[in-house]
Amino acid sequence: MTFWITQALNGISFGMLLFLLAAGLSLIYGLMRMLNLAHGSYYILGGYVGLAAIHVTGSFVLAALAATATVTVVGIVMERFFLRRFPEQELPQALLTFGFLLIFADLSLWLWGGTPQTLPKPEIFERSIRIGTIVFPTYRLFVIGIGLVVGLGLWWLQEGTRLGAKIRAGVDDAEMARGTGVNVGLLSTAVFAFGAFLAGLGGIIGGPFVGVYPGADFEILEMALVVVIIGGLGSLKGAFVGGLLVGLLDNFGKALFPELALFTVFAPMAVILAVRPTGLFGAR
Amino acid sequence: MSARVASGAVALAVLIGLPAVLSSYQLSLLTKMLIFGIFAMSLDLLLGYAGLPSLGHAAYFGVAAYTVGLLALKVANNFWIDFPAGLLMAAGVSALFGLFALRTRGSYFLMITLALGQVLWGIAFGWRSLTGGDDGLPSVPRPRLPLPWSLTEGIPFYYFVLLCFALALGLLALIVRSPFGRALVGIRESERRMEVLGYDVWRYKYVAFILAGLFAGLAGNLFVYFNGFVSPSYLNILFSASALLMVILGGAGTLVGPAIGAAVIVGLENFISAYMERWVLVLGVIYVLVTLFAPSGLVGLVRQRLGSART
Amino acid sequence: MTALEIDALSHHFGGLTALSNVSLAVAPGERLAIIGPNGAGKTTLFNLITGIFRPSAGRIRLFGRDVTRLPTHRRVQLGLARTFQITTLFPRLTVLESVLLAVQGLDPVRFTVHRRRETYGHLRERAEALLADWGLADRAGQVTRQLSYGEQRQVELVLALAGAPKVLLLDEPTAGLSPAETASVAEMIRRFSRDTTILLIEHDMDVALDLVDRVAVLFQGRVLAEGSKDTIRNDREVAAIYLGTDDDA
Repeated sequence: MTFWITQALNGISFGMLLFLLAAGLSLIYGLMRMLNLAHGSYYILGGYVGLAAIHVTGSFVLAALAATATVTVVGIVMERFFLRRFPEQELPQALLTFGFLLIFADLSLWLWGGTPQTLPKPEIFERSIRIGTIVFPTYRLFVIGIGLVVGLGLWWLQEGTRLGAKIRAGVDDAEMARGTGVNVGLLSTAVFAFGAFLAGLGGIIGGPFVGVYPGADFEILEMALVVVIIGGLGSLKGAFVGGLLVGLLDNFGKALFPELALFTVFAPMAVILAVRPTGLFGAR
Repeated sequence: MSARVASGAVALAVLIGLPAVLSSYQLSLLTKMLIFGIFAMSLDLLLGYAGLPSLGHAAYFGVAAYTVGLLALKVANNFWIDFPAGLLMAAGVSALFGLFALRTRGSYFLMITLALGQVLWGIAFGWRSLTGGDDGLPSVPRPRLPLPWSLTEGIPFYYFVLLCFALALGLLALIVRSPFGRALVGIRESERRMEVLGYDVWRYKYVAFILAGLFAGLAGNLFVYFNGFVSPSYLNILFSASALLMVILGGAGTLVGPAIGAAVIVGLENFISAYMERWVLVLGVIYVLVTLFAPSGLVGLVRQRLGSART
Repeated sequence: MTALEIDALSHHFGGLTALSNVSLAVAPGERLAIIGPNGAGKTTLFNLITGIFRPSAGRIRLFGRDVTRLPTHRRVQLGLARTFQITTLFPRLTVLESVLLAVQGLDPVRFTVHRRRETYGHLRERAEALLADWGLADRAGQVTRQLSYGEQRQVELVLALAGAPKVLLLDEPTAGLSPAETASVAEMIRRFSRDTTILLIEHDMDVALDLVDRVAVLFQGRVLAEGSKDTIRNDREVAAIYLGTDDDA
């Protein structure tokens, strides 16, 4: 019983991390109809910059700010100066982001070396809490909390605000949106930057329990893509549900069938592809 | 004789004569270029002609390589069994994956081909007892053919690969000029129009997907014989992405372009890796530069120059 | 036997009802105009007939055969053809290549892999004949997107004719054309053989009434009126919806 609950909580916390990444991917795709393959890079940059910042300042909060700020700036630059040149062209944009994924992957390896590292947790979350026989690190609960807060925030943003309406309008018809005074270019940059921010946030939050290492960018990108395939590209609900599902499956898979761990994640993906290719909550 | 046929004949003559002037190392590099040229051309059929951007094409290359490697090592080094088996596996896996991938388009298709490629990578990586996992399959022997020359020698193997390359190029050139191939181009340009002209668009894309997988398998077969070794890295996204870059760098939709692109990438990687470890960085930069400045690839640039030279 | 029969066709999506209980019968060789204000459901009707959408209810019959469940390309193979309101061509291909693809579409060699297309001379002959018949021979080598809008609309028509269709759906063929170009296209349509049954969506009432025998008026997804040209011309309800509502979304 203890085992199941612990694993479930582990899976949920990892799932929240995946949600942060998948939400960013979906947001970006939803507005700009492009797949940002550099998303994995934003994650790893968030982790590495956060790590460096912690070593310098000793403060997790400052490190989180530094990490997310850095990644957001990188995102803005990428969108404004590179992706903007290929409006509505899916393949060139995907290729550009892939090029950057490779560049950042190698730069990270160069700058920070090949040894896997873990970020230190903030002091308040270093304890574990004990409920009955279950011992659970409070940091993981913190991650779940962040995920829920971000999820609710995004939901409110999307459904309840004018910004959300503008984004939806931009999604439906960019020309029309421009006609009604929506600055589609600025919106694109903002959404892209926000997506990058979420990924960077994921990087620094994930740092303490997933760690940062060469290849983490590819791995987390893969996972995020599976989440988005299952949940539906462009859907916030899909990112959340998909994230939880994949997080749980991955965790239980690794715990119960270590040699076949990959299958527990890819099998439902294959089922979705066969039955509903655009994902559980995807459009069309 | 048209210019194209003439230049093709010259190129072939050069390729036939090169072993006489190249060192064994250089010849080995050229062999690798030809093998990857086949791989790139197979992806061009999919991307350049059918307009399907696959980021998981390494799957079919790798699955053929592993099939041939495993059969040659653990069953029998019988070319007449191993080689067709590799091709069959590649075609079979692409037939399976195509059923999933072709239910989608655009970014979805990109994602799903990526994910499917990674599934195969995961199998190669995780099933250690079969595939050797991360260590891969070493010491795969060259095939024994009833010829007076042994394929373990560099020069005879090179000619063997050259023959396969010429065959592949010839067949692919025929395919893209056939009614089927022309229809693929139409589908790339406007699927909706093609549907309304009576074409069963899905069937065309599916056959193209399988043919592309088959030729990728041919490249994989040759590669495992060439390298004597295969590992999961020939199934992963970096390798798929390299193939994609070869196609785009050379010029998608031209067949010969991607073959040239493959030669350039193989040559560059070989050159750069000798001096620094930052090949992945270089690859990424090339990706960005080509997308920004030469989206029609090298062939596109050459055509532009020739076009303006004529006026 | 009717050429095209639409039986109680309805189509809903996203809470909207695009078409409601539409029934029409078109005799072989007949010309029927479908008119109505924007948003009446005319293009939706065409999309349903060609199979781009599946109807929520109702049946579509082509020469007596139920095609409601058939995919688009199968319906085209049974003799259906269509032009689009928004020009749907191959922008980067030449006019000749486009027509070759159209001719190939219904030809048994269309799936051949092992021979170059050039070896099938009949495809090129037919394509060139089509272009010559419809006055586009001198445009054959031009890339489609370099053509004027009027010429592109003509190419769109030629593509639809390539398969010698039995039922031809024309979706606003003169949209966006100058008066001279409109007259050209109208002339082209007038020349179509009477073996071809035609359904025409047209905004320009003069053009429409000049080309057809019968008219069906669609309004808010329903058939408001149907009958001969004169009947419709004198129908007061029809006049009302045209006079009062110009920019219905």
